[in-house]
Amino acid sequence: MASVAAGYLPILLFLGVALVLSSVFVFSPMVAARFTGAHKPYADKLSEYECGFPAFEDSRAQFDVRFYLVAILFIIFDLEAAFLFPWAVSLGTIGIAGWAAMMIFLAELTLGFVYAWKKGALEWE
Amino acid sequence: MLRDLQLVAPELILCFGALGLLMVAAFVGDRSLRLVNWLSVALLGAAGLVLLGPAGNGGDAYLGLYRADLFASFAKVLIFGASAVAILAANDWFTRDGTHRPEYPILVLLAAAGSGIMVSASDLLTLYVGVELQSLAAYVLASFQRRDDRSVEAGLKYFVLGALASGILLYGISLLYGFTGTTLFDGISRALAGPEGISTGELFGLVFVFAGLAFKIAAVPFHMWTPDVYEGAPTPVTTLFATAQKVSAMALLVRVAIEAMGPAADGWRQIVIFSALASTILGGVAGVGQANIKRLLAYSSINNVGFALIGLVPGTREGVSSVLFYLAVYVAMTLGAFLCVMRMRDLDGRPVETIGSLSGLSRTQPGLALALLFFMLSLAGFPPFLGLWPKLLVFQAAVNEGYVALAAVGIVTSVIAAYYYLKIVKTMYFDEPAGAYEPGRRTATGVVIVAAALFVSPLGYLLIGPLQQASLNAASSLL
Amino acid sequence: MIQAFAFYLFASILVAAATLTVFARNPVHSVLWLILSFFNAAGLFVILGAEFIAMLLVIVYVGAVAVLFLFVVMMLDVDFARMRAGFARYLPFGALLGVVLVAELVLAMGAWSAGAIALDARAAPTPAAVPNIQALGTVLYTRYLFIFEAAGFVLLVAMIGAIVLTNRQRRDLKKQDTARQIARRPEDAVRNVVNQPVGEGVTL
Repeated sequence: MASVAAGYLPILLFLGVALVLSSVFVFSPMVAARFTGAHKPYADKLSEYECGFPAFEDSRAQFDVRFYLVAILFIIFDLEAAFLFPWAVSLGTIGIAGWAAMMIFLAELTLGFVYAWKKGALEWE
Repeated sequence: MLRDLQLVAPELILCFGALGLLMVAAFVGDRSLRLVNWLSVALLGAAGLVLLGPAGNGGDAYLGLYRADLFASFAKVLIFGASAVAILAANDWFTRDGTHRPEYPILVLLAAAGSGIMVSASDLLTLYVGVELQSLAAYVLASFQRRDDRSVEAGLKYFVLGALASGILLYGISLLYGFTGTTLFDGISRALAGPEGISTGELFGLVFVFAGLAFKIAAVPFHMWTPDVYEGAPTPVTTLFATAQKVSAMALLVRVAIEAMGPAADGWRQIVIFSALASTILGGVAGVGQANIKRLLAYSSINNVGFALIGLVPGTREGVSSVLFYLAVYVAMTLGAFLCVMRMRDLDGRPVETIGSLSGLSRTQPGLALALLFFMLSLAGFPPFLGLWPKLLVFQAAVNEGYVALAAVGIVTSVIAAYYYLKIVKTMYFDEPAGAYEPGRRTATGVVIVAAALFVSPLGYLLIGPLQQASLNAASSLL
Repeated sequence: MIQAFAFYLFASILVAAATLTVFARNPVHSVLWLILSFFNAAGLFVILGAEFIAMLLVIVYVGAVAVLFLFVVMMLDVDFARMRAGFARYLPFGALLGVVLVAELVLAMGAWSAGAIALDARAAPTPAAVPNIQALGTVLYTRYLFIFEAAGFVLLVAMIGAIVLTNRQRRDLKKQDTARQIARRPEDAVRNVVNQPVGEGVTL
């Protein structure tokens, strides 16, 4: 088991290095600005400028329910794709029955896709 | 391979039939409604017919994941029959609201396939997938009338609590797998019967699995969703929940208890006894104050599940067969009662559900009142009606194994529950007519009401012999 | 050593992110914290040697489920001030649920002493020689083929359900129907007008 995790060590190190480096690039200008420039905020300075105006309402508008339908369909096909990985890797050992099983599985969901299409669930007007 | 396909033929027919009908629905649209309706009833019939072949009693399929035996076949006949009635009944119901769509029969078919997988499951994974297939379709069906707030609320409640129950069930399954090393019922049974006895971990797994399944059969203390969901869901869907789904979950529970957990009977017996007592008492007492007839029937179903559980307590062949017999009669009575409720509409054609509106039904619609009288008296277990017989069988099975107190409590609660059934009869026959009813219409369900009424009437005693033989044969395949 | 370090790193970030998911004031932030905790859980699965589960967590949960959560959060017009008002009232019930969950955790941790764990005797042991994604495929598409197909139907029901419950047909729209356009013949659209007297209008 340790061997599996060890195989991912480079990625972990890479992510660590990337995180540190990107943090340096983001924060070092901020720190430098703090030390070199003037930093004296007060209420009038932070308020909306001449060309702006205070927000009238919450910026978050309610989403249409159709987003939900799209997301659900996306999850379903995402899961379908997830099933394909172990199938593809083990195709040599599972024989014709395993191959046929996946084809039937794909057919089931493809017909579901046809249904969604014909019903207009994928249309956005 | 071919043999396996033959054994799972009923579910194959239902699943791929539903897929075909889905295509009809997609390409032809809502005009295909009549066609899809009748074809789905035909598919259910076909799925029932193949039970005569190897699918009826052919043994294990897929290396023991699925078992086709007489026990499963007995339950499947009830499930497919009740599902077909739910499709026929919905035709009239939804068409009048203008909310009928061909997806309804398709979802019922998939739910029936899930139920079939449940009752044939001989592996915890099969069990779980069957439960999910059935439940997911049920959540959608509960909120099928999506413009109706009550229907949506019922679907949401059912979904949230059902997901919680699935989580509990999965937790129990993972514990059982961890401590026994297998998900096959036979393997679990072997592990539990091992020399070192039942470990704490296995016991916890058993408790969680039973808790999850108790939710599905709506036994106390996991019944809280039942009245709300039964009241809010469209009546044909409630009919499906109270009959087909109840039978499948109950049969599944019996199979898990006997086949997988047989050696741990002392463990689950306490749970089942508690649940049986609590269900009969709560179902009997809480139903008394109800004003809505669907809510009342929900409490009635809780009460009935309690009685059926009493039959499971002894864990004997006789007990299991009494549970099956009980379920068969219960399905007939409940189907009949709900079909009668569906015919209650006021002059504007709006459905009415209050018990008060039943006043004087005997004068406005004598036929309907008589049928409802039969179902109510049978549910109450009054002597000449068939509803009495399964109660006697269940009590007999319990008493034979020495559970006299349990049977005594059961009899007392059945007397309490008889009060609310009789209240309905009194309202129908002795109260002044409340409001005018819409005159009866000819529908396919009328035939079902008549058949069910004849079955629960004293005439049904003619069928006791064959039915009892069938349930005994079915029980022998477990024990 | 590195493994232990990685474990504590992932585990502590996971717990912190999960806590912030619950306590974040803005539900959109909650979902973002949830994504962070999914990532760290994936890291933990890698340490356990369950690569495929880790990848599933990233692909399915981060990629799809989190997006769905974001949409749902934005779809529901939640009034946060009012939602928080019930906090004290529901606290006892929430605390009870918390206690139950903690009890389950304790049980899971006490599992080693609750009885003999029979993972050596389990139905499908993890083979050492092949990657576990391949081992998974080998049992999933042979022994558990039936369950796999049934799971396909569960997905199908989910799809039908989502469409039945949320899709609404809008009838006031004029849509292009390519098939009808192509099937259109000159006879459908053109009418020859012969012997038309001069000075009179043509009815279309």
